[in-house]
Amino acid sequence: MVGAVNTHGRPEMDRLLDGLECLSRRSTQHSVDGASDPLDLDAIVARRPFLLVVDELARANPPASRHPKRWQDVEELLGAGVSVLATLNIYELESLKDVAYRLTDVVVEETVPDRMTEQADEIALVDLPPEELLDRLAEGKVHLPGPDPERGRRFFRPGNLMALRELALRRTADHVDARMRRYMRDQAIQTTWPVTERILACISASPHATQVVRAAKRFADALRAEWLVVYVETPSHARLGEPGRARVADTLRLAEQLGAEAHVLSGERVPEEVLSFARTRNVSKIVVGKPVQPLWRRLLFGSIADALVRGSDETDVYVISGQEPSHVPYVSPARMRGFPWTDYWRPLAMVGACTAIGLLIFPYFAHSTLVLVYLLGVVAVAARSGPGPSLLGCVLSVGAFDFFFVPPYFTFAVAETQDLLMFGAMFIVALVISGLTVRIRWLADSARQRERRTAALYAMSRDLASAREVATLLEVSVRHVREVFRGHVAVLLPDPGGGLRPQAVGGSALVPGPRELDLSKWVYLHRQPAGLGTGTSPELEALCLPLTASRGTLGVLIFRPENPQVMQAPEQLHELETFCGQVALALERAQLAAEAQQAQVRVETESMRSALLSSVSHDLRTPLASITGTASSLLEGDATFDPATRRMLLETLSEEAERLSRLVRNLLDMTRLQSGALRVSKEWHPLEEVIGAALGRMERPLRGRPVVTRVPEDLPLVPIDDVLIEQVLINLLENAVKYTPCGSEIELTAHVSEGGVMVGVADRGAGIPPGDETRLFEKFYRGRSTTSHGAGLGLAICRGIVEAHGGRIWAENRSGGGASFQFTIPVTGRPPDMEHTDG
Amino acid sequence: MGSSRSDPSVAGPTPARPVVLLIEDEPQIRRFLCAALDTQGFRLIEAATGEEGVAAAATRQPEIIILDLGLPDMDGLDIIRRVREWSTIPIIILSARGQERDKITALDAGADDYVAKPFGVGELLARMRVALRHAARGAGDPGESKFSVGDLEVDLAQRQVTLAGQPIHLTPIEYRLLATLVRHAGKLLTHHQLLNEVWGPNRTEQAHYLRVYTAQLRRKLEADPARPRYVLTEPGVGYRLAAE
Repeated sequence: MVGAVNTHGRPEMDRLLDGLECLSRRSTQHSVDGASDPLDLDAIVARRPFLLVVDELARANPPASRHPKRWQDVEELLGAGVSVLATLNIYELESLKDVAYRLTDVVVEETVPDRMTEQADEIALVDLPPEELLDRLAEGKVHLPGPDPERGRRFFRPGNLMALRELALRRTADHVDARMRRYMRDQAIQTTWPVTERILACISASPHATQVVRAAKRFADALRAEWLVVYVETPSHARLGEPGRARVADTLRLAEQLGAEAHVLSGERVPEEVLSFARTRNVSKIVVGKPVQPLWRRLLFGSIADALVRGSDETDVYVISGQEPSHVPYVSPARMRGFPWTDYWRPLAMVGACTAIGLLIFPYFAHSTLVLVYLLGVVAVAARSGPGPSLLGCVLSVGAFDFFFVPPYFTFAVAETQDLLMFGAMFIVALVISGLTVRIRWLADSARQRERRTAALYAMSRDLASAREVATLLEVSVRHVREVFRGHVAVLLPDPGGGLRPQAVGGSALVPGPRELDLSKWVYLHRQPAGLGTGTSPELEALCLPLTASRGTLGVLIFRPENPQVMQAPEQLHELETFCGQVALALERAQLAAEAQQAQVRVETESMRSALLSSVSHDLRTPLASITGTASSLLEGDATFDPATRRMLLETLSEEAERLSRLVRNLLDMTRLQSGALRVSKEWHPLEEVIGAALGRMERPLRGRPVVTRVPEDLPLVPIDDVLIEQVLINLLENAVKYTPCGSEIELTAHVSEGGVMVGVADRGAGIPPGDETRLFEKFYRGRSTTSHGAGLGLAICRGIVEAHGGRIWAENRSGGGASFQFTIPVTGRPPDMEHTDG
Repeated sequence: MGSSRSDPSVAGPTPARPVVLLIEDEPQIRRFLCAALDTQGFRLIEAATGEEGVAAAATRQPEIIILDLGLPDMDGLDIIRRVREWSTIPIIILSARGQERDKITALDAGADDYVAKPFGVGELLARMRVALRHAARGAGDPGESKFSVGDLEVDLAQRQVTLAGQPIHLTPIEYRLLATLVRHAGKLLTHHQLLNEVWGPNRTEQAHYLRVYTAQLRRKLEADPARPRYVLTEPGVGYRLAAE
């Protein structure tokens, strides 16, 4: 299947394409606006072609596509498992961009990162001797790079072609070499590996920086070394202005794309920071750009390259030269600084104040004291203003001192030469003090900024650690991200249907749009950030980040910053990614905790079930044994029994069957309670009704026993599930019957108590063994009785039901003998008022 | 075994031996019911599936239907509704314990009473007798005006209620409630049915009202309201006036 091809109007191309399924085909000589049809990635993945042919890997996609460049599309397809055959020209490789420019004067805009060729399984070099290529050019069969055909023709000078051919051959050879090494390693053939080199490239805000990066990349490739890129933020970084800062961010991003580790250091002197970083990271080679400042400045102040060379000990320093492309004007940082007029009133005011003080104290104190007054003033100005105002302050101080307090007074002339010395010293001291103060202030500021960032991360981690539920977690995360990064946040979590759903987090104002939702799905699948400032759909206003933890992606975070420029710096993206990492960890922890709890419940259910099984098998067999025995004896001796015996046996049968029935009912109730399937549907009931129903059901077992009920008429309605409370009463009554002798009294009472109603079932039996009052209510507890049957579940069920109503149940012995079981039913609220429709 | 044990010489069912249609899939239950009902003077038609039962109800004209709610092929509710479309044959349902919801729905759909499994035959017979009595009364005379059970006497025509000879004063709603219970004496009435008859169709969701008034009624009629003799409660389902 052919993904995209540009035939440039050549008929033999069309002929070659016959019989192949084509997705997109263009036949322009060169595209007018540089854009081309984007590849429909989802359709291709769905179609699962054996091989996809994609022409012109370096092409840019039209603005609304998922990725800005075609090579990114191909990368995604590779990730999805599609094999791709792509074509590109040698000068379209990113690291060769400068070389190409040097050779040909053409700046190649559309480039492909080197890793596309490095990761390729096969590179087929289409190689022609330059003469043949020129012939083809003459025949019009060659596509010229760049929009301008004239320049393109210049591109095809024989010298250029030879140089490019050499590059191509060398690249292919490198690739073959790498494959051979891999093959040898796979076959466990010993090779000698070179000593691990590590390369450090230093960049500044100048446009040359990208060349330095690319050169470092080539260097690293050649040495097969790791490489890092570092930028040192000095006090002058603050004065860079937007274009400068953006350039730095771009360069760092380019470095990362090319495979480097990018770092931003802060310090006041570039060479020192770079060297100390190089020492900690065991860098073997440092790459830096050639200084572009004029010679006199270099001689006077030294250049960074010189300083590096001086301080580098055993590390090699490579100085890369660059030729700046003509269309990018280089504006030095100094010129870009605005003029903060406001700051300059301070030194003026200071000098004025010091002079006034000086005039006051002049008659009483010596010169030296006045110098100190001015110095104090200079310190005051330096503590508040930048280097410019401080310098002005120094100069003005000296001038004022000279004018007002050094003879001859009120002139700038100097009578004694030692005064000149004094001026000089004063000036130098003032300068040094102001310089130091400014630097100290700046260092403190930047340290404070870093500390703030770390503190923000720590604060969020701490809050996340104490949050248990997912909703709280999300709320904490959203709040922190919003505070630190200033923007709107939304979190999407997967829903059971397989899609991603935005979570309603209190106070979050971001409602993701349809494009953002689509992109989130992509992010979730590919586990890569997308959107603003990344390589995928960077034109969006929002940034989508995956929340990835050890078990995979848990969700997606969408962030729309108030100021999109802020997110262009890779370090901001890193920071936000760190935050997202924390959130993902917390989410995973919550998930795992929930799973652990469920596992615990399962374990408990299992253990309960096994206890039940062992108890039940005994308790079921006993009545069954009687039933089987009785029935079989009736059958066997049917003719021989007299009616009285037969009747007795039949009654036994009936009783045992009832016992079995009761046991089964208790078991079912217990299982339902335990598994949480018990639903308490409360309604307002008169308690006597439930008591009456329970007594009605127990009519037969209660026969022959006096039953006393003491229920006041004005007992309020209680909110209960009548079927369940009836069950509680029945269980208590059954117990009373079981454990008390025939004919002994059973008493049912109910009365109002604090917070609700208290119900009691009391008997005159043997009572409860002391110490067993609470154990009674445990599962499978059986009291001592002459006919102990039943699984011991009745009271446990009562407790389960009463507690499900919010009440308490307990047992105690009565004075005068016997046991008393009481339970409370809390009454909150009032029954709905009834309209008085009755006379 | 869908045969009826009828004397072939007698044409059609006679009131003396009422025909009972038993729709129950468990053969053991059919067996003992057969035996019990036969000795009590009933003639039994058995159906093992819902479809068979509905067909038999139409063709064999039983006096009373005993229906198991847990049939495999059809929902018991459907059977009740279908039969109720064209007949008022009393239907008694056999239900499992703990299915209050199903019982209520079945009763509201037209069943007359229920018996919970496991049950004793005596209970079933008592319900059957009540149901048959009401059916006979409905078909025949416009309705007895006097009713008595135990010490309680109710004269519907005169609107008088006496307990052991003493007249009892009831409020209009209490009387209407009692009268409804009396008209269906012995039969279980759901909350819904009672609310409908006493308060009208707009109040059928307010079981709370019903309970309060029943409690008041009980206090007036019963010696010990906590051990009612006349106004019996079926928790979760409804009320029944004792018929004997």
